[in-house]
Amino acid sequence: MNVRSAAARLSAPMGVRVEPQAHAGADLTARRARDIRRRRLTVLGLQLLVAVVWLGSWELTTRLGWVDKFFFAQPSEIALKLWTWVTQGTELGPLWDQVLTTMEETVGGFIVGSLLGVVFGVALGRIRLLADVLSPYIKGANAIPRVVVGALFAISLGLDIKSKIATAAILVFFVVFFNAFQGVREVDRNLIANARILGAGNRQLTTEIIIPSALSWITASLHTSFGLALVGAVVGELFGATSGVGELIYSAKNNFDADGVFAGMALLAAIALVAEALITALETRLVRWRPQVNTETRI
Amino acid sequence: MASAIELRAVTKRFLTPSGGVYVALHDLDLAVEPGEFCAVVGPTGCGKSTTLALISGLEPASEGEVDVFGKPVTGIVDGIGFVFQSDAVFPWKTVLENVAAGPRYHGSTTRDARDAAREWIARVGLAGFEDRYPYQLSGGMRKRVALAQSLINGPRILLMDEPFSALDVQTRSLMENELLSLWSSTSASVVFVTHDLEEAISLSDRVFVITAAPGTVKSNYRVDLPRPRNVAEIRFQPRFTEIYEEIWKDLRDEVLVSYERQKRSGAA
Repeated sequence: MNVRSAAARLSAPMGVRVEPQAHAGADLTARRARDIRRRRLTVLGLQLLVAVVWLGSWELTTRLGWVDKFFFAQPSEIALKLWTWVTQGTELGPLWDQVLTTMEETVGGFIVGSLLGVVFGVALGRIRLLADVLSPYIKGANAIPRVVVGALFAISLGLDIKSKIATAAILVFFVVFFNAFQGVREVDRNLIANARILGAGNRQLTTEIIIPSALSWITASLHTSFGLALVGAVVGELFGATSGVGELIYSAKNNFDADGVFAGMALLAAIALVAEALITALETRLVRWRPQVNTETRI
Repeated sequence: MASAIELRAVTKRFLTPSGGVYVALHDLDLAVEPGEFCAVVGPTGCGKSTTLALISGLEPASEGEVDVFGKPVTGIVDGIGFVFQSDAVFPWKTVLENVAAGPRYHGSTTRDARDAAREWIARVGLAGFEDRYPYQLSGGMRKRVALAQSLINGPRILLMDEPFSALDVQTRSLMENELLSLWSSTSASVVFVTHDLEEAISLSDRVFVITAAPGTVKSNYRVDLPRPRNVAEIRFQPRFTEIYEEIWKDLRDEVLVSYERQKRSGAA
């Protein structure tokens, strides 16, 4: 007890005894809220500063001719290009269609790849024999640079959305698979023992103990794997497509249009950022039993 | 009358990661009567927890016989409860779902399981916390969840592996009293493993002293203190001190042996 509250206790009438301390508490939360707000503003300001310095120096050096804008593009030209795409459409058709195509391929590949990854990861994690038999094949397949499989898919599945989904899915699959597998292997032995004693059968063990426990590993892998799905979709488009952001970049490259390449990259970055936010929301829902950590400082 | 639990000439060997063989229990005999509260004390690493794993059916014995209610143990034993040393409540389930797990695994409908769970949650003093996740509870509250989770199945045997060792002293004696009052309303036999002799005596009817590894029963003592007991106060009774001194003489030698061994293996 501090001196102030002791004094308050001596002098104040009954009903308001705890008032000074409650007041101090309110003070503290107000100050804390102010600190958090201030910090957020500082971070935002510095983030803006980084953007200004980066884009400004790029713009400046290309305008002054120190850097050739034919090869390295120019922020204002890129912005202009994006604006033209938005208002007048691209050479492949309306911009929205291109973004939508790439999104469909990415999300499709992401869903197919992660579902297969979880199913195989859990199955191999649970069934020892299966894991021992299949492990050299999986390790071997994992060692191949998997984007080249996109070429095979372009031949076998054709140039439409299927080959892109397959390419994206195979990139996603291995990441999710290894995480799910590891997640299943790392389940706390005590929790399994407890569930068995409580009467859980094999199936209940899998659905109620193993999978929820592995979920934190799996959701952690979803962040990386969405990026990979995007890579798969774009690479798939490079192998041959009629629409999509990757195809947009490819045709810009063929025209020696550096601005177009960068504009396409900016679009991909925007898609990735939106997806990241969605996945973080999904993760929070899936593992809401976990103490919430401050996700702001995470990269 | 048949014993609730009977271990006859039980030996348990484990393969160590380096390929050797570790004998955790050797030629151990132990019997627990129905409704009896037994404590098992012994130095660290003497195979106390292994004994519980054998009784529950989580681990098979290497040699000897383990009988529960006259039947040899071949798998997870029906009608058994187990409270683990570490937190074993499911972190992704709420308090209600955690406690309702047992009945659901035994085929109750979700609704019935939840009704029973609410009752048990209230009985362990957690009413109002049904929707919390374990990370939102204190260590003592998580132990209450674990107790309710085990007791809701109406076990005829309750195995407890140093359940309160991670709690602070005050919470611990509260939980010990709580356990005694919950137990007195059941007819379950309890095997309570602990390294704390005071805890063992204040809770139980019988104390088994296990030797340093390989563990075997060195001696067993009846604790003839009256019930109901208040764990926080029973320690001041002269009879408590007598029993304590008697058992401690036995236990001390084993603790010393185990300590010397640890020192040596630490130095090697």
